[in-house]
Amino acid sequence: MFPELNNILNSTPDSFKSSDFILVSDRQADASFLIHHYLSFYLRAGCKVCFLGLVQSFSHYSAVGQRLGVSLAQAREKGQLVFLEGLKDSIGAILQEESSQGTQHLSYLRSPGAGLKGLFRFVESSVRQNGDHDDGESWGPPVLLIDDLSVLLSLGVTVGAILDFTLYCQATMCTELQGNMVILVRCEEEDADDDEEGANLLQRGLVHQCNLALHVEGLPTGYCRDIHGQMQVWWRQSGETMYNPRKTFHFKVHDKGASFFARGTSSAVL
Amino acid sequence: MAAPVRCMAGSSSRSNTTSFQKKTRSKLVSIPGTRPSVRSSSRSNTTSFQKKTRSKLVSIPGTRPSVQNGQLLLSSGVSSLDYVIGGGLAVGTLLLVEEDRYDSYSRMLLKYFLAEGVVCGHELFLASARDHPDEIMQELPSPIMDEVASLKISEGQPQPSDPENPDTMKIAWRYQNQPRVQTALASSLRFGHYYDVSKTMEPELRQTAKCHSFYQLQETPVTTGSSPLPSPYHALLKSIQTVIRKEGFDGSTPQSKTRNVLRLGLHSLGSALWGDDVCCKDNPAHCHALSTFLYALRGLLRTSLSVAMVTVPSHLIQNRAVMGRIIRLSDTAIALESFRGSEKETNPLYKDYHGLLHVRQLPHLNCLSCEGPDTKDLAFKLKRKQFTIERLHLPPDLSETVSRVSKTELAAGCGTTATGNKHLDF
Repeated sequence: MFPELNNILNSTPDSFKSSDFILVSDRQADASFLIHHYLSFYLRAGCKVCFLGLVQSFSHYSAVGQRLGVSLAQAREKGQLVFLEGLKDSIGAILQEESSQGTQHLSYLRSPGAGLKGLFRFVESSVRQNGDHDDGESWGPPVLLIDDLSVLLSLGVTVGAILDFTLYCQATMCTELQGNMVILVRCEEEDADDDEEGANLLQRGLVHQCNLALHVEGLPTGYCRDIHGQMQVWWRQSGETMYNPRKTFHFKVHDKGASFFARGTSSAVL
Repeated sequence: MAAPVRCMAGSSSRSNTTSFQKKTRSKLVSIPGTRPSVRSSSRSNTTSFQKKTRSKLVSIPGTRPSVQNGQLLLSSGVSSLDYVIGGGLAVGTLLLVEEDRYDSYSRMLLKYFLAEGVVCGHELFLASARDHPDEIMQELPSPIMDEVASLKISEGQPQPSDPENPDTMKIAWRYQNQPRVQTALASSLRFGHYYDVSKTMEPELRQTAKCHSFYQLQETPVTTGSSPLPSPYHALLKSIQTVIRKEGFDGSTPQSKTRNVLRLGLHSLGSALWGDDVCCKDNPAHCHALSTFLYALRGLLRTSLSVAMVTVPSHLIQNRAVMGRIIRLSDTAIALESFRGSEKETNPLYKDYHGLLHVRQLPHLNCLSCEGPDTKDLAFKLKRKQFTIERLHLPPDLSETVSRVSKTELAAGCGTTATGNKHLDF
């Protein structure tokens, strides 16, 4: 959890807006540090978290979580965190082994046209378990976190199927259960030929659905050691709150957090 | 509170007077042939402090723990490449090399990678579709076995001009005390071995390594049913999985057996010889095959003690979106851009180098930030015996007059004959 980002977004683990769909996207930079931020944020807030880690192993998220002061292994044991380790589970499904029949949620790997119905079932069942356990602990509103939705494109799922999946998730998580949703997508370069199956189309579709978009880019002037990139924050206009609709910050990622500053106020410049 | 292991060991070694028994779960204990990244606790010789170490990690030759995140690293065989990608290749990760146009330098990197495995006693897995894996194995460079590292380093660098030498460059006095620009990239301590590319490795040494090979042309095509992978990739993945399971790289073997690392070298994936059309068409039918394969391969690597180097002929891939996805599915990605056949070959700016090295992606492993190189202008050259990566820098224009003469000559060549004769008259 990065306190500076909480200040910018005006939210703390004790008081945050519910029913939000937060889109994190990046282009020629790495926005996965924001996923780590949200993971530790919602675990601290006591939410029931369903994490679809499609691109890294559990030990990676757990090691970073430890640096940010949350223990994923404990949260998983207590039932607060449901973790899907995509990398580990996918091998059996891709090689069509008989032993992997249990992984129904990865049905999209078995046959390319299958869609993401299985994955949605997995998400739905894991967040709905919230109410019916007996050990006394109950968690806050459910949260769905997806690290890199665009990897599904590389595995042959169509943009349409992914957008259907997020719409279903939004209806369940945000509208029905009053929870939140954070999704990371990684875009292609601006000048990449715009085929109809591209990640850029996916990102545009998701921007249309989301309430808050954080877009991370490398600096337009090139690589710099002291500023790792810039982040654009965009809020969807809603009735009573009038935010400045769009802001840009520079950021630098450290070992145990990240610092955000207004443009031109990097400590390397001043 | 679980601090990173490195900090724990560092602070405990300084607490000389404590009688507090700390149970360090130090994973970084004594791996022979590696360099220590923790401050050694040998200074505390008068203390009642006793370090209770549970060495969980079995020592594997040719590996060392990363200073940054405790990951187990191994050398790619080229020490300057290790430096560029953050100290070495982490176990369980995938290095993608985008081939240069004639596949000469990327092939050399692959041979370095395999030779390092042979010298360290790692197991190898080599897959190829064009040349037989045994042929590639026969071309491995010969290791330089003598342990005089300093000699190698001085040999590897361009000869610095010493002050007594009358031929030294004359520079403005205010720059005289500036530190010399180090172009050679190397970390302070040695990791990995040096190789002589002008000689091939002795067969006796080569045969000490256990090498599994996969030759696409000898495989009988199998029907894969509804698998998303075309048959060669499916067979290759299956074969890798079998090796990992059978040889116990997935940690399934009992602790008593000595652990080893598997090095996977996959040559020219994505080319038409692998039955993939990602290279030949703008809108390929199998555009997800290679990325799906890499995804599954990464899953296999993450759960085992293995490292893969994959070379891909990216200059053939028309669809840049596909290439971007392939890069994102690998951990470390570098691209070799050779000058051969391009106009940069004759550019005097690049006369010291054979090509440019682009670092496309660096891995994020167990940490938020990744330690990149401080410059992205990197070039490589192949010297008589050695492949190195250096910081790209412009050579000083030593002789002003010479370049002026050449400029007028150049102008004369393009101009009329009347001005061209000017030099001959005087």
